[in-house]
Amino acid sequence: MATDAKKAQPNDSDEVTKGLWQQNPILVQALGMCPVLAVSNTARNALAMGLATGFVLLASNVTVSTIRHFVPKQVRIVTFILVIATLVTVVDYLIQAISLELHKALGAFISLIVVNCLILGRAEAFASKNNLRRSFLDGLGMGIGFCWVLLCLGSVRELFGYGSLFGVRLFGQHFQEWVVMILPAGGFFVLAGWLLLFNWIGQLRSRRQSLEEVI
Amino acid sequence: MYRAVVGVGVACALVIVLVYEITRPIIERKRSELRERAVMQVLPGARSSAAFRLTDEGRFESTSSDDEADNLVFAGFDESGSLVGLAIEASGMGYQDTIRLLYGYSFDAEAIIGIRVLDSRETPGLGDLIESDAQFLRNFEKLDVRLTDGGDALLHPIEFVKPGQKSEPWQIDGISGATISSQATADMLRDSAGWWIPRVRPRKADFQTTQGEQ
Repeated sequence: MATDAKKAQPNDSDEVTKGLWQQNPILVQALGMCPVLAVSNTARNALAMGLATGFVLLASNVTVSTIRHFVPKQVRIVTFILVIATLVTVVDYLIQAISLELHKALGAFISLIVVNCLILGRAEAFASKNNLRRSFLDGLGMGIGFCWVLLCLGSVRELFGYGSLFGVRLFGQHFQEWVVMILPAGGFFVLAGWLLLFNWIGQLRSRRQSLEEVI
Repeated sequence: MYRAVVGVGVACALVIVLVYEITRPIIERKRSELRERAVMQVLPGARSSAAFRLTDEGRFESTSSDDEADNLVFAGFDESGSLVGLAIEASGMGYQDTIRLLYGYSFDAEAIIGIRVLDSRETPGLGDLIESDAQFLRNFEKLDVRLTDGGDALLHPIEFVKPGQKSEPWQIDGISGATISSQATADMLRDSAGWWIPRVRPRKADFQTTQGEQ
């Protein structure tokens, strides 16, 4: 513990913001790409998937961090998967209780949150080594980071693919839908577009920072 | 070592059972509401519905079961409790995957009076037009499914024709660009109606016994 205290600890806001930007699970770590591409065809589906994954991530981080001292090293992965599978089952029932149509639209991808490497990755790499407070903040940041990028993807795909946003039509009757945006290929195109944009912004920022350092 | 895993396992099982017990009544209620809405959509004028199961003896008996097992039809009743018609489920292979739909049968009109796609993964913008294309859905405002004099088969099995070539009330106009999906819809309706209508038509009285109950 004494050595822990000596290390420079990032403050709370850094713990949250790293998931939003510097270590964003989709844009930087490229984790959990399967649901990202599959259910981001409308903003509503993307938001629901983002919230469901974010909730599981947050709850698994908190649980794993709480039980980390009781679980022997040899069986930690099994235990983490057990916890994550339970949380996903809970989310599955909750989504069914909220809306059956939404449950149908997300389909098998709700159950597949279990195998989203983002969640097990954070449990193993972070929550099992850090205290409850930091694990909570990490889960919160990563969850929001996953959710907002998914929402960006879903919004663009719905906007061009259906001419609407959250089911509200934004263009007139003569709008020609870009069907490709709703198809799987559209997911790749839009993801590539957002990656280009974010990398460009990231480069601009780092260039400005290095300039400031020189001055 | 195993104590930790077993302990976590038991705790997880308890959480799952708890959440299942809490959400089960809500999910069941939502499921029956969804079914009720679908029945009302395919049977214009219906205000309530009830499920009936086809027994081995060929009778229909009222059932509270709501599972998606075979041999279930849904009777729709209007405000005064009289029978509007039956909603029957049909399914068949579409372009990408199985299409499931519900269609409404009117005893008085001897026709299919509405359809609603329950489940489909047809190509967006092309195959999924079977759910929204107004011209295509007009086919099902009154699709003739009269029976032969013997009552054991459809007088005119439902036919699929090219877009704009419908000339008889038992024909279905296809959708250009969604030929496979619209043909699949026609095929599954022909098969399902050919099986169900000869069985339900002589048993109309079975459905009227529960008038006003729902």
